[in-house]
Amino acid sequence: MKKQITIAILYTLLTTVLLGVGYPLAVTAVARLLFHRQADGELIVRDGHLVGSALIGQPFTGPRYFHSRPSSAGAGYDASASSGSNLAASSKALIDRTEASVAVEKNGGPVPVDLVTASASGLDPDITPAAALYQVSRVAAARSLPVKVVEELVEKHVTERQFGLLGEPRVNVLELNLALDAMAPKS
Amino acid sequence: MSLNGWLQILLFIALVLLLAQPVGSYMTQVFERRRTWLDGVCGPVERLLYRLTGIDAEYEMRWTEYAVAMLIFSAVTLVLTYLVERLQGMLPLNTQHLPGVPADVALNTAISFTTNTNWQSYVPETTMSYLTQMVGLATHNFWSAAVGLALAIAFVRGIARRESRTLGNFWVDLTRGTLWVLLPISFVLAIALVSQGVVQNFRPYDTATLVEPQRAAGTGGQSSAVTTQTIAQGPVASQEAIKMLGTNGGGFFNANSAHPFENPTPLTNFIEMLAIFLLPAGLTVTLGQMVGSPKHGRAVLAAMTILFAVGVTACYWAESQPNPLMHQVAQGHSEQQSGGNMEGKEVRFGVANSALFATVTTDASCGAVNAMHDSFTPLGGLVPMVNILLGEIVFGGVGAGLYGMLVFVVISVFIAGLMVGRTPEYLGKKIESYDVQMSMLYLLIFPLVILGFAAVSVMMPSTGLSVLANKGPHGLSEILYAYASATGNNGSAFAGSNWNTHWYNDSIGVAMFIGRFLMIVPMLAIAGNLARKKIVPASAGTFPVTTPLFTLLLVGVIVVVGALTFFPAISLGPVLEHLLLHAGQTF
Repeated sequence: MKKQITIAILYTLLTTVLLGVGYPLAVTAVARLLFHRQADGELIVRDGHLVGSALIGQPFTGPRYFHSRPSSAGAGYDASASSGSNLAASSKALIDRTEASVAVEKNGGPVPVDLVTASASGLDPDITPAAALYQVSRVAAARSLPVKVVEELVEKHVTERQFGLLGEPRVNVLELNLALDAMAPKS
Repeated sequence: MSLNGWLQILLFIALVLLLAQPVGSYMTQVFERRRTWLDGVCGPVERLLYRLTGIDAEYEMRWTEYAVAMLIFSAVTLVLTYLVERLQGMLPLNTQHLPGVPADVALNTAISFTTNTNWQSYVPETTMSYLTQMVGLATHNFWSAAVGLALAIAFVRGIARRESRTLGNFWVDLTRGTLWVLLPISFVLAIALVSQGVVQNFRPYDTATLVEPQRAAGTGGQSSAVTTQTIAQGPVASQEAIKMLGTNGGGFFNANSAHPFENPTPLTNFIEMLAIFLLPAGLTVTLGQMVGSPKHGRAVLAAMTILFAVGVTACYWAESQPNPLMHQVAQGHSEQQSGGNMEGKEVRFGVANSALFATVTTDASCGAVNAMHDSFTPLGGLVPMVNILLGEIVFGGVGAGLYGMLVFVVISVFIAGLMVGRTPEYLGKKIESYDVQMSMLYLLIFPLVILGFAAVSVMMPSTGLSVLANKGPHGLSEILYAYASATGNNGSAFAGSNWNTHWYNDSIGVAMFIGRFLMIVPMLAIAGNLARKKIVPASAGTFPVTTPLFTLLLVGVIVVVGALTFFPAISLGPVLEHLLLHAGQTF
């Protein structure tokens, strides 16, 4: 028994060094060497300022930008407090919140479901192509751009399924909006 | 539901079955201490570890010694994690200057990670320093998975050996599982994950300037400007890899595998799901090889695959349905959206990959999530709950899934024996009353803890019910799911409720503890007893455990035991919620 306790303590300490320090440091070293940009979070810098990460969604609510999905991360898109709403399908709070979002987004026909539902992480960087196309007429009007130009921009930003098979088609909202700004400087 | 969704699911099943054979054969080599191609690297580390700790690698342990060594090791690692959490304020790699973790959260977390549960009642981004994540938590992802592997191998030896008093050496099994299996595969997985965008760094949290500044509602009707976004970072990929491979499931971030830094692309999602099933599926092959009946291993694998396919089909169907109470919302499937129930799901995964992930993570005892189970449709959420309540034996946790399944195999063989009025045999071993008693003990502890604690919680309005995020039958589902997840050492949650209270931290801690250790002891007792027995030659009255008939009987026993035990509770939770939701009732 006493021998087993000694072994357990020594074993724990030695494997902590191997698994808790050696292993993550080795992964970090190789990652930095091969995939530096990815390891740091695919950060986007514009004019010397950090404007976000290509993988992390940002809130967009004004008419001039494509809107992201509702978020339950902190006060909304707080990337230090990721979270879903965790509201049940039968929750009154969910139905009320969805109705409020529908009132904001409504622009013709029924609103694509992802645009009025909160994501799992609260940081979803994407909307569906349906949700992006749904907003084209509003954005075009707010920016006095031809609808066709904005539509083409959206289509250029659609990421297809990986290898044509995995996941779902999607549009990265931050990248799309940055491209919008690059196209037509803020008036 | 879409053709593409089904193709992804079928591809996943095909790859799991394809990888089981090579992975299982490799594990047989590793645990039978035969030559492998990694000996040149791992051999010297193994010998050094034995020399420094004083382990006698040739010593064979009885089941009681094996259990005691396992319990002592688990206790020591638990204490270490508790201390690291409490003292993190004074330790390095604390870029956000986080204080020590409060005592009840620290204890709950230490138990949670020791038992391979990875239940998390805290928000990692604002609670755990990088050092705590690496040294206190990621280490447990290796240890608890290696312990599970060792126990499964010990159980298999119990079946395979004849007239033997011993089951192997715990320390040797632990070491070989870690060095030959978990560490190298994790390393490769981690690098693959980084290449897709899973972060791996020690940066302080970054601050980005928002492209469009926002107004946030503040207190007293005042609104304040939000102009920046704080982006949490960390050594995520290294932890993500072993979190999935070891079926641990504890997220580096609060949103777990839904967080874009943990799971940025459909490919990482696919890899993470495969990593969950890789070792549990492989272990069925290891079982077949070590007991000298590869066909038996395949029969068990077939039973698991059937239960998995039924679960994922039900979940995918349910999640593809529109919410009947949402109006003016386009919820159908089209070329431009996956449609269905998108609350609590990420666009890049859509409904198919969220349903698949939810089924995989609860079939195994992983508990990582890429979508919020709490926001699933009532019947969609029922699938992960039932998976856990069946005992997580469909592939199951690393090791724990196999020995849980083998207990059901013992019961199935026993029932088959009763039907023909003969003493049941399992691979030449007579199954006697002691084995059946221990199996029943194993099976009964589980519902006793879940239903017992759930019943107590429901009867305490202030401590038990006030924390719930959702009212009505869904509230009961949240409590049931919490104790099922804890006792089953899963760790996923209907996560909306505030489980970070004294009552839930403590009772869930006890449930996790019992669910792991109290169930291991009867399991090892069966193994020790089986190892002692003689082999009787098969006769015409022997029920073969290699046939499709056996597979179906096993599936039947699992479903009947699970249904008889939990049907009343489930009716009052998800089933009732489904009926009321479709009658237009909200809570």
